[in-house]
Amino acid sequence: MTELRSLLSDTVTRLFSDLATKELIEAAEKGTWPDKLWRALEEGGLTLPLVSDAAGGAGGTWLDAHVVIRASGRYTAPVPLAETIVAGWLLSRAGLDVPFGPLTLAPVHRDERLTLTASADGVKVSGRATRVPWARDAGHIVTVGELDGRPTAALIARGAGTVEEDRNLALEPRDTLVFRAAPTVAAAPADVPTDAIYVYGAMTRAAQMAGALEACLVQSVRYATERKQFGRPIGSFQAIQQNLAVLAGHVAAAGMAAECAFRAAERADARFEVAVAKVRAGEAAGIGAGIAHQTHGAIGFTYEHSLHFATRRLWSWRAEFGSESAWARELGYAVAARGADALWSDLTAR
Amino acid sequence: MPGVFRFALNDLPPEAESLRAEVRDFLQKEFSGAAPARRARSWGGFDREFSRRVGARGWIGMTWPKKYGGHERSFLERYVVMEEMLAAGAPVSAHWVADRQSGPLLLRFGTEAQREKILPAIVRGELAFAIGMSEPDSGSDLASIRTRATRSDGGYLVNGTKVWTSNAHLSDYAISLFRTEVVPDKKHEGLTQFLVDLRNTKGITIRPIIDLAGKHHFNEVNFTDAFVPDDARVGNEGDGWKQVTTELGFERSGPERYLSSIALIRELVRETATHPDDRGAETIGRMVASLATLRQMSTSVAGMLQAGETVNLEAAAVKDVGTTFEQSIPELAHALLDLEPTLDTGSDLQQVLGYITQTAPSFSLRGGTREILRGIIARGLGLR
Repeated sequence: MTELRSLLSDTVTRLFSDLATKELIEAAEKGTWPDKLWRALEEGGLTLPLVSDAAGGAGGTWLDAHVVIRASGRYTAPVPLAETIVAGWLLSRAGLDVPFGPLTLAPVHRDERLTLTASADGVKVSGRATRVPWARDAGHIVTVGELDGRPTAALIARGAGTVEEDRNLALEPRDTLVFRAAPTVAAAPADVPTDAIYVYGAMTRAAQMAGALEACLVQSVRYATERKQFGRPIGSFQAIQQNLAVLAGHVAAAGMAAECAFRAAERADARFEVAVAKVRAGEAAGIGAGIAHQTHGAIGFTYEHSLHFATRRLWSWRAEFGSESAWARELGYAVAARGADALWSDLTAR
Repeated sequence: MPGVFRFALNDLPPEAESLRAEVRDFLQKEFSGAAPARRARSWGGFDREFSRRVGARGWIGMTWPKKYGGHERSFLERYVVMEEMLAAGAPVSAHWVADRQSGPLLLRFGTEAQREKILPAIVRGELAFAIGMSEPDSGSDLASIRTRATRSDGGYLVNGTKVWTSNAHLSDYAISLFRTEVVPDKKHEGLTQFLVDLRNTKGITIRPIIDLAGKHHFNEVNFTDAFVPDDARVGNEGDGWKQVTTELGFERSGPERYLSSIALIRELVRETATHPDDRGAETIGRMVASLATLRQMSTSVAGMLQAGETVNLEAAAVKDVGTTFEQSIPELAHALLDLEPTLDTGSDLQQVLGYITQTAPSFSLRGGTREILRGIIARGLGLR
């Protein structure tokens, strides 16, 4: 692990374990923006790991960002940290300044587009984007559209459009944004695919799911060693042990798949690895959340217990930025197009 | 934090990737015309001539010291050779066990004389090994074995029976676990490993056990006053349990624990590619997502071996997740296609499906059952 990565890892772990408390997450679920947590993340240099030092970031790699994003999943932190990290990266790829404050990404659906149009007084944005994470709390929105036939990143002030509030299963804001020839703060060509938000968004959700699955495993093992039935800890029963071993296998697989995607993002086109990660972590999410709940029994089904912070996120995140079936289809068509005899050589070339 | 596993990302070094090209070229020449149904047999195939040619290329005992004929290459280079052999469905079984576990066991615990005599011949691809662990009443509960090795002049007299001994009828040696002492209430004590010469030991009878597909891989190996000399003992008397645990770590750590169904995956991709649709694509996509992830987990274990770390826990996890995946492939095929699995008629896909369907139950039995592996993982989690 590099020096920067251990520093980020230590900082983010300490910060989340101090601040991302049950009380804070519950307040966020009632609609309170966790300002103290966000400011601590910004002051700790955790919100812009991919932006250069000169531009106010940490000057790190995607694998550095992975440490931070995975931790945000593990601690189920109710802030748009992953979104801000990707948005900051997109802006720096376009040579644009990164503003202070939380950022978000739009659109998040593959079949939605915000249209960018050049005009005498700058680039305008139009269109509707649904399920935008934390749109109501973000200072700015980053989109990638096309301008003069080139992928173009644009920075939009939240106030430029209207916000219709909604939320996901985990009560995280997922709002609808509407822009009608609204002004952008800045726009510039970026060396990224037009659907970069969809791809890199999926990658961050895979890492967050891997983190939330780790939380499920740790909580379940702890509960199984503390909870007693029939005069002994339930974790001493083979039925429970075998289930938790299955959960551990899925945690390991999801973590490995996610980390590989971030490694690939550092090198070149990561689309294959992102598809693998979103599919594998999504499958793990369904099975893992189920085992965690089964282990916890009825108490884990209450709002009072904190297990649902992880499991409700897993249920939403597996569908965000493309479900595992959508990504599996894309992956499967690509593999089929390459042909059966290229399968192994393509796999080993990654 | 978090969890129990340490799956660090591992990049295969450039020398391993250039070796991959050499291995592919070799395998292309050996098997370019082989039918998919034959390739599906993979490490079930036993071919001494092939193993000699692999040995001649320097691809057996790759990590062992040169003084024993080894090549002192890295575990990662060895890993690339193993995964290429499996992906191509090469018949590796005449050298696989010796290369994977018997040789490394002798290297770690054997006598100097054993190493000098045995290892160079393994490296040349000339010695095939079987594994003498399970008994009729001792499968997962391996420490309950009863085959006795009792002291006799200059060695031991062995009495008892081993079962499920793959390829014993074709092999030269079997590293075998015997009870040299009965310690009341301590079944893990009093166990000792021996290098048993299957061809030149009087009192050994090998009988076939035919598997459900009518094939002969398994055997029952009976010992009746079979004399095993002192110099065939591997390690000290009573150290057998510790050694056998190490050996099982070697056995569980390789890519053979997730690649058993690769021939079927390949044929399913071939079938889907002829008329791609959403269902076929999704099935292929899910398979490839798991395959790619398991490969990274498996190379991570190879990286840990290279770093000299203990891999027992991670190897158990890869084997458990990997065999579950291997076994899911024929299920996915049935869910997707209206296709009957066949023996030796029908399409390549049907025959491969027939072979994998009938072999799949063994995936989560051989080398430690799923339940035993999950027990190991649960111990790692602190539950037992």
